[in-house]
Amino acid sequence: MVSFDIPQLSYFLLGPILIVLCGAVLAVVVEAFLSSRTRPKVQLGITLVTLVAALVQLWRIRGATTMDAAMGSVAIDGPAILFQGSILIMALLGVFLIADQQHFTVVASTLPGSSEERESLQSGEQMTEVYPLTLFAVAGMMLFPIATDLITLFVALEVLSLPLYLMAGLSRHRRLLSQEAALKYFLLGAFSSTFFLFGSSFLYGYSGSVSLSGIQAAVSSSSGNSVFLFIGIAFVSVGLLFKVGAVPFHAWVPDVYQGAPTPVTAFMAAATKVAAFGAMLRIFYTAFDNAYWEWRPVITTIAIITMLFGSFVAIAQRDVKRMLAYSSIAHAGFLLSGVIALNKAGLEATIFYLFAYGIVTIGAFAVVTLVRDSQGEVTDINRWAGLGKRSPMVATAFSLFLLAFAGIPLTSGFIGKFSIFSAAYESGNTLLVIVGVLSSAIAAYFYIRVIVLMFFTNPSEDATSVVIPSFLTSATIISAFVITLFLGVFPSPFLNFISSTATFIR
Amino acid sequence: MNPANYLYVSVLLFVIGAIGVVVRRNAIVVFMCIELMLNASNLAFVTFARINGNLDGQVIAFFTMVVAACEVVIGLAIIVTIYRTRRSASVDDANLLKR
Repeated sequence: MVSFDIPQLSYFLLGPILIVLCGAVLAVVVEAFLSSRTRPKVQLGITLVTLVAALVQLWRIRGATTMDAAMGSVAIDGPAILFQGSILIMALLGVFLIADQQHFTVVASTLPGSSEERESLQSGEQMTEVYPLTLFAVAGMMLFPIATDLITLFVALEVLSLPLYLMAGLSRHRRLLSQEAALKYFLLGAFSSTFFLFGSSFLYGYSGSVSLSGIQAAVSSSSGNSVFLFIGIAFVSVGLLFKVGAVPFHAWVPDVYQGAPTPVTAFMAAATKVAAFGAMLRIFYTAFDNAYWEWRPVITTIAIITMLFGSFVAIAQRDVKRMLAYSSIAHAGFLLSGVIALNKAGLEATIFYLFAYGIVTIGAFAVVTLVRDSQGEVTDINRWAGLGKRSPMVATAFSLFLLAFAGIPLTSGFIGKFSIFSAAYESGNTLLVIVGVLSSAIAAYFYIRVIVLMFFTNPSEDATSVVIPSFLTSATIISAFVITLFLGVFPSPFLNFISSTATFIR
Repeated sequence: MNPANYLYVSVLLFVIGAIGVVVRRNAIVVFMCIELMLNASNLAFVTFARINGNLDGQVIAFFTMVVAACEVVIGLAIIVTIYRTRRSASVDDANLLKR
């Protein structure tokens, strides 16, 4: 007879996630019952209050280190707090951009170009389902990097992915592209999560346990059938590498980044990377660390291909959003070097890089939302020529973000790249460092080409204009600008804070 | 019967599903193949639960069913919008994003 224990949950320690989920449910209710006039403001208010409350709760539990918050299913430790904090900050900045409802379709169910669509546009109604979807995605993202068993990992993966599939299809302009991006993201995302699940089943078969600590114990005692372990590691890695957009599994990245509404792209690009790399770090550092000779060569190869492919293909892009997408692929390669390092320096460097990169990404896409013509956003790079002469402030901000992507000193990107490559070097992976530095140099070429285009080329004939940013959008750009500079010039308080807290508990 | 045979079936189902996703062009069929892969994982979990002699795998199978149901809701919503716009659910027709 199997006895059934009553689960003991620590609501205090799970608070940040629970607050976000409560806010999401509340937002669904508001969406259903409130009149369309007041809804956008109320929804924005609920979302922002929820995110700030979750941040406050996270600050209150900052010192906690325990596996017992949810019967061993989640770990609350230093990295968990840092990942959750990064995700919440990025979500806040992302919601500032999402608040500009110009980007979102009025009623997602109307056909593009139909009379219903025109009527709904004229009626001034605005559906605001994007706010609860964002909150649900944030809750999944916060759960993913702290989950320590296979069930929680899979459920968190789906909770973070499913809302994002829908959000990718909500664009007001170029709706066909947006719907197509949603379809591709959904089909490939669901495909990859089946790989994650199938891999989990083999890890469970290998170890007889669903918890990461049980898998680690089985790996170190090398009990069980090692074929199951190989299959398990390979398939779980495919699922994770898809989410981070590493090279054989990157096909969705450019399409989804380009097709999705730009505020959604900003939020997704930044926060999904933190969540997926957070989970990846935890799984590889706590469950697979003793089997590193099995996965390290493969992941090293993938990291090298990812860095080179992202950097080279980005050169050929003529669309700003696509260029940023390929640059995000290259950055996934840099981040993978931190995962492969498998030492404390690698963990710290990856956490720093994730935060720095996410903030820069949000800032860069925030600038993209501002450059428009009568048809909506202008993403053709050649039409950005001369932007520096017409709106020097916006062009300066975008240049700083590009320099941070390239890893130029005095930006956060330099500190991130430097610490991640020194961690890789420390672990003895010289080849990876050499390829990393080379592909950074290649990548610098196309970042600087855009800067030259903006400042030293005469404006083209067709009229693109930079819209006056709303208060929240300018708040996003200014905070991303300040954080990027600050982390580049005074990184040490932040690095010390990370290094004092970042240790996984097992 | 040897439980390993169920494992072979599950691998076979997973491979059939994966080939279907790659080969078939209709979004609905692709989606059905993905569901087949999810169920293959479920079968593997239940088989391993039997082999390992504990219940964790069976619990996961229930979670997977719920998640698969949620995925159907999202997936069909997206596929139906695409179909209504283009009168076609072929994944080859959705090619506007290739520059």
